[in-house]
Amino acid sequence: MPKVGVISVGQSAFVRAYPGSIRELAFEAFKDALKGSGIKTEQIDASVICSAPEYDKQRTPAGLVAEYLGLNPQPTFYVESVCSSSSSGLRTAYALIASGLHDVVMVLGFQKMSEISSAESQERMGRGADIQWEAPFGTMMPAYYAMYARGHFQKYGTTEEDLGLIRLKSSTYGVMNDKAVFRKSLTLDKIMEPKYIATPLKMMDCCANADGSSCVILASEQKAKELCEKPVWIRGLGMATAPINMAGRDTFSGLKCAQLAASRAYDMAGLCPKDIDVAEVHDCFTIAEMMAYEDLGFAEPGKGKELIRNKETYKEGRIPVNVDGGLLSKGHPIGATGGSQIRTIVLQLRGAAGPMQVPNAKIGLVHNIGGVGIYGNVSIFSAD
Amino acid sequence: MGFEQFGIVSFTSTTKAEKFVDLLKEGKVCGTICKSCGAKFFPPRSDCNVCLSDEMEWFDVSGVGDLITFTQAMYAPAGFENDIPYILGVAQFDDGVKAFGRLDKSIKEENIKPGMKIKLKVVDLDNGRLSYILTQA
Ligand SMILES: [Zn+2]
Repeated sequence: MPKVGVISVGQSAFVRAYPGSIRELAFEAFKDALKGSGIKTEQIDASVICSAPEYDKQRTPAGLVAEYLGLNPQPTFYVESVCSSSSSGLRTAYALIASGLHDVVMVLGFQKMSEISSAESQERMGRGADIQWEAPFGTMMPAYYAMYARGHFQKYGTTEEDLGLIRLKSSTYGVMNDKAVFRKSLTLDKIMEPKYIATPLKMMDCCANADGSSCVILASEQKAKELCEKPVWIRGLGMATAPINMAGRDTFSGLKCAQLAASRAYDMAGLCPKDIDVAEVHDCFTIAEMMAYEDLGFAEPGKGKELIRNKETYKEGRIPVNVDGGLLSKGHPIGATGGSQIRTIVLQLRGAAGPMQVPNAKIGLVHNIGGVGIYGNVSIFSAD
Repeated sequence: MGFEQFGIVSFTSTTKAEKFVDLLKEGKVCGTICKSCGAKFFPPRSDCNVCLSDEMEWFDVSGVGDLITFTQAMYAPAGFENDIPYILGVAQFDDGVKAFGRLDKSIKEENIKPGMKIKLKVVDLDNGRLSYILTQA
């Protein structure tokens, strides 16, 4: 396989309601990626634009965003896999470069969740599942992940407090992240307040909606070396899918799509879980991070709780996870999330993560899930 | 009238599987079996992804299953606000058939736990709508 490198990353601040239009929001991440990188707009051969379309009033946003960023007449198109859209965008961009079709490709993820009213958002929420067979019962994301939490508790004896410890870790790093929407320090007592959204998940087990954008610029080996002093290399890309319908799932204690995506990414990279120095996992809910520990092989199935109880996923621990605050603190602007996770890992591998830096991080992993385990993307990066 | 009669709020009006609703009217909760290869589907499919046949027959999910997991939803999407709180769950039946749906509100809360015995039951909703629930077997 030809080598493909990340030559620049950027993101907007993640905020509750962005005071501008989607093109302006996209520009924030683009500008952050280009500024000081020495990369010029005309050096970008193609762009892949990622968001979840149900939040966009704009039809076919790729054309609009490419125009506003000055990326005409280069090719552009739209890639979507809900919450993992920009990781699917990374996979697409990798293929465009590895095939030799393009040398430099940009992945721009964005979501302005406040683009639609909360009533409209409530209506769309019900359609996040199989609309023929599940949505007629009144479904929503927290309820689905709550069924996985119950499945995990039942099978392994995980507790609500174990999930609370994950949120506590998130807030420790959210406080440090100036791009995060939720920067308040939290106590376990506050986290454990019994404000249930869908039992056993409480308010603090859930991430917040946010507006935001992210940008990842990739290049062929030769271009990467020309354009960037410290390219970060893509070593493994794994993706897998699972039935959208819960009746098609064979387990409620882990996400099959993540397990398969992880094993494909490790195989491609020739690496194993022990080799990972720092990871970003898709913690849309605390239970999602707990399952990620196990699905990625950082812990044996059922032993994820030991990792968090022993603080092994803190910055000083054996396998630091989400030391930027994760989705729980940063917020989760659907289409931008994967790119933001990739940005964090790239900064870590460049030694540029500031107070969140994991010392000597050389190999990093991104786990980005779309829907309740419909789409699983796992990507592995290395500093050399 | 067709499939839009299914569920509390419907998002699908046309499907080749709309006989599902006619069978609900007869008091039966049914899936489909592929006539050609015997693959069993719930929720029902009109097309077999195993052998590509579209020749299906209906079977009654009449047995007793086990509740695998559940959650009590304290918030609801638009159109379901009047129902909260309500319990959603997944039950496993023979032959690997699983069903997702709401749990019967009449089940005592202390009885709801993974492993409890479940059967599917047709329920009549307002305005001639129909659905099924997971009730205690
Ligand atoms: Zn068949």
